[in-house]
Amino acid sequence: MTRSKTPVVNDNPFMKPMEWVSLALLVGVIFVLLPMLLDAFRLNLVGKYLTYSFVALGLVICWGFGGILSLGQGVFFGLGGYLMAMYLKLEASSVENTKIQSTPGIPDFMDWNQITALPWFWKPFESLPFTLLAVLVVPALFAFVIGTAMFRRRVGGTYFAIITQAIAAILTILIVGQQGYTGGINGITDLRTLHGWDIRTDSAHNILYFVNAGLLVACILFAQMVKKSKLGRILLAMRDKEDRVRFSGYQVASFKTFAFCLAAVFAAIGGAMFTLQVGFMSPSFVGIVPSIEMVIYAAVGGRLSLFGAVWGTLLVNWAKTSFSESFPELWLFGLGGLFILVVLAFPNGLAGIYRTHVEPRLTRRVKALEPAPAVALPHAAE
Amino acid sequence: MFGDYSLGDLSSIFVMQGFAGLILFSVYVLMALGLAIIFGQMGVINMAHGEFMILGAYMTYLCSGFFQTQLSALFPAYFFVAMALAFLASGALGMLVEWALIRHLYKRPLDTLLATWGLSLILQQAYRTIFGAREVGVELPSWLIGSVQVTDTIEIPINGMFVMGVTTLITVGVALLMYRSRFGAQVRAVVQNRAMAGAVGIDTERVDRLTFGLGCGIAGIAGSAFTMVGSTGPTSGQLYIVDTFLIVVFGGAASLLGTIASAFSISQTQSTLEFFLSGSTAKVLTLLAVVGILMLRPQGLFTLKVRR
Amino acid sequence: MAEDKGNGLQSALRRRLLMGLAGAPAIALMPRMSFAAAPPTSAVNTTGLAVTDTEVTVGILHSATGTMAISETGSIQAEKLAISQINEAGGVLGRKIKIIQEDGASDWPTFAEKAKKLLVNDHCAAVMGCWTSASRKAALPVFEQYNGLLYYPTFYEGLEQSKNVFYTGQEATQQILESLNWVTKEKNAKTFFFIGSDYIWPRTSNKIARKHIENVLKTKVVGEEYFPLGHTQFNSVINKLKLTKPDVIFTDVVGGSNVAFYKQLKAAGIDLAKQTLLTISVTEDEVDGIGGDNIAGAYSCMKYFQSLKNPNNEKFVAAFHKMWGEKTVIGDVTQAAYLGPFLWKMACEKAGSFDVDKVVAASPGLEFKEAPEGYVKIHPNHHLWSKTRVARALPSGQFEVVYESPDLIEPNPFPKGYQ
Repeated sequence: MTRSKTPVVNDNPFMKPMEWVSLALLVGVIFVLLPMLLDAFRLNLVGKYLTYSFVALGLVICWGFGGILSLGQGVFFGLGGYLMAMYLKLEASSVENTKIQSTPGIPDFMDWNQITALPWFWKPFESLPFTLLAVLVVPALFAFVIGTAMFRRRVGGTYFAIITQAIAAILTILIVGQQGYTGGINGITDLRTLHGWDIRTDSAHNILYFVNAGLLVACILFAQMVKKSKLGRILLAMRDKEDRVRFSGYQVASFKTFAFCLAAVFAAIGGAMFTLQVGFMSPSFVGIVPSIEMVIYAAVGGRLSLFGAVWGTLLVNWAKTSFSESFPELWLFGLGGLFILVVLAFPNGLAGIYRTHVEPRLTRRVKALEPAPAVALPHAAE
Repeated sequence: MFGDYSLGDLSSIFVMQGFAGLILFSVYVLMALGLAIIFGQMGVINMAHGEFMILGAYMTYLCSGFFQTQLSALFPAYFFVAMALAFLASGALGMLVEWALIRHLYKRPLDTLLATWGLSLILQQAYRTIFGAREVGVELPSWLIGSVQVTDTIEIPINGMFVMGVTTLITVGVALLMYRSRFGAQVRAVVQNRAMAGAVGIDTERVDRLTFGLGCGIAGIAGSAFTMVGSTGPTSGQLYIVDTFLIVVFGGAASLLGTIASAFSISQTQSTLEFFLSGSTAKVLTLLAVVGILMLRPQGLFTLKVRR
Repeated sequence: MAEDKGNGLQSALRRRLLMGLAGAPAIALMPRMSFAAAPPTSAVNTTGLAVTDTEVTVGILHSATGTMAISETGSIQAEKLAISQINEAGGVLGRKIKIIQEDGASDWPTFAEKAKKLLVNDHCAAVMGCWTSASRKAALPVFEQYNGLLYYPTFYEGLEQSKNVFYTGQEATQQILESLNWVTKEKNAKTFFFIGSDYIWPRTSNKIARKHIENVLKTKVVGEEYFPLGHTQFNSVINKLKLTKPDVIFTDVVGGSNVAFYKQLKAAGIDLAKQTLLTISVTEDEVDGIGGDNIAGAYSCMKYFQSLKNPNNEKFVAAFHKMWGEKTVIGDVTQAAYLGPFLWKMACEKAGSFDVDKVVAASPGLEFKEAPEGYVKIHPNHHLWSKTRVARALPSGQFEVVYESPDLIEPNPFPKGYQ
């Protein structure tokens, strides 16, 4: 972990000039460049990757800033995705569409499992507002329960990682086993419309892509706000010297729980957007493997950089897709090598490379152009 | 569910069920022992632990093939050679990995998790390239197959007893090594205070490398033994990883005794629940119980007081 | 689209050339011309598929990596063999088949993603692929949306029928009912114990089996157990088997669990020569990993076994071994995967077109007499009429067929009374 050596600065702008540049770059690439360059199919793929970057963003907050590594982010991604999928599935299972079933009007997988009436906990998901609310609230509540239980008892570091991993395993087994209520291993598939709007068309994919990108930028800005707030600074302080923060009278557990909940909500938003863009949800996003992969995205991007999280996600997934297209039998070597390389050589990921090699030069240029910078900008902990 | 059965039937089933639990216990101890050393003593989260186990399994597979074709007279005894080779191969790979990878990361335990995950991907693909994507069948010598007829109705599987035997031997061996040998004293010294250990002349780097190699070597033996009860394929190792970590954490990471106690309680719970409920439900309930208890008692069953 | 226009132009030129040649007597002297006189591209491809005057593109979509690679490798091999044989024999409608292979990586969304790539970017005329139900369910909406064509090789749970999919494996009732009748009659079985992996295929299959046992055969199911995928400890359930002493153990355990289950069963002293065990999830591929000794004596019900004695199969096995090595075994799904390219070729030729709608319309009723399993016919519900066979596992890893249904069994993906 890199430790902050700089004292806290009082004049604390929301974002430093270089960060505005990063934001502009990201927005330019996501909103203009990629939609211009890519065909509908590739753009939809990028949209799918961007949903993972919500998770990576959450991990930057709870892992990078808060020092809490969760290996169970797939749980929250999955929760968001499943809650969304429940609504979409109910809409797709109209009596009209399902007249071939023995009980028309319920999702097909329930019919296959001799369930003859919609279970009570599915009922509320006929309403879109409730679903959207649930996507945000349910994962947050779940994270709150886990977080409170563990952080109160000062479970930290590796223990927390392993326990969250176990939770991911439990949830996967549950979802797969309760197939009458969850669709089992096949997941919830064949989703068609959102409030009557067909989400399978290219134009819908396009619109969803931009909605997704917009939400992502909003989440980045929100995360930036958290980072700049007093809360963010306490998080950083806690990561580096937890006991000192505790002795200063802060409720360390509450701050940690907050970071964990925020990460969970971000992941859930990503999951919901994933379901909308991909058209199904399955337990293969809940388990341990996807959860760890999502940590890798954040690590490759730089665990301390909000923008890095997005770039890291895009890079790893792009590598994964193109590797597996050209060398289907060898891509695991490449992927595994990438993880090791990042951890050994670039512990701060892409953002670290940028900060040590690119930014100094850029800053020099910028300074040369503007002869009178107000304050020499210190590099904060990030 | 017992209404229709005679008392004699039931009692023999309970005896066999007890053995089933003991066998599961041995399997868990064997799985967790290597990790207890690596994670418990060194704090390294080795996500490639399962792959080290599978390396042992593949060594056994190679051995069985070699003995069948070249030394068929000695085939009945090949399993012992295979276990020794599995230990050496996994141990050597472990030391190589420690040198190339792990030693750079001792100060960043969470990063070992990511690096070893990458390593596990690479190893899986390597197995797939070398041995093929399909599972390989390991031929067992005939004396390891079948069961011992204790009474008319009680039968105990031989391979289960063999696993129990191996587990006992290795556990005793590790305990002696850790608590009665010079090397063990050095390992414990390094765990408790690295700087002081170095200051009194212990070659901490060497100790680290050997400890990691030992943990991986034991994983190799475990993998070798598991060819008798489980499957051997490039991704089989991943099946074990969650259970293994939970056992070690539940036991209290730094305590060998804790690992054994936790393996015992988890295996008995699971095996009993499996008998009365369905397999999936039993698994979920066991895991939930473990996670629940860990939330209440995060330090695990047994803890070692360590100055940090 | 641009490519499409090019083809149109080219073929228009060709047509004119051919017309000019038509009167020439030379053509009568060149019987080989029949190959070259393939129908013009503009005629066989009106929907912008990747078809040129000499080539037609077909996709293969299976997992080459990940946990499912174990099972799907055989399917890939069979499909490549079938395609190379078709190409040697002159291709489809005078065009050689070009393969684009994609890796589903045992990951369901990847299947959907790659299916979309094969259809939208590569314009594949047909795709041979998917293996697990989950991967098919994920890719199915893509095939329906873009009007693609999928040949799906695995025996599966049924409850599905799509215009865009042909199911070359058996659906559950085809596979199960006949074998249950057989075991009841032959082994005088009265009690059954079900053991399965915990996901949709075993659960649905067992549901069908239970209905048949309770309602038709009027016998009893004394136990039903499911284990998570990848579970490797079966001692407890084996004790339950010893307690309940069922006449038949009926299993649909898959993957690594399979290996563990049979090894532990054997170790626990349950002798499959005395205890009847009927499985619907073990083919020659699985026996490879389990070890022939561990499962010898168990009965498996499938539509195909490598040891089938008929000239078609002997030719197929020889060709397969020549291409992929003597040691590779051929299981039920591998054979079903081999059927896909041939069924597609026949449908294209009957339709005189690669257009998906025309190929689909031409398919029902097609007969494939050279199938290694003997003879199959496409049902209007897109499944195949096929025979079901029960075979006993031998220590060598092969199966010895002990029963073969006298007639082809009609596929019935939505069985009334079994849902």
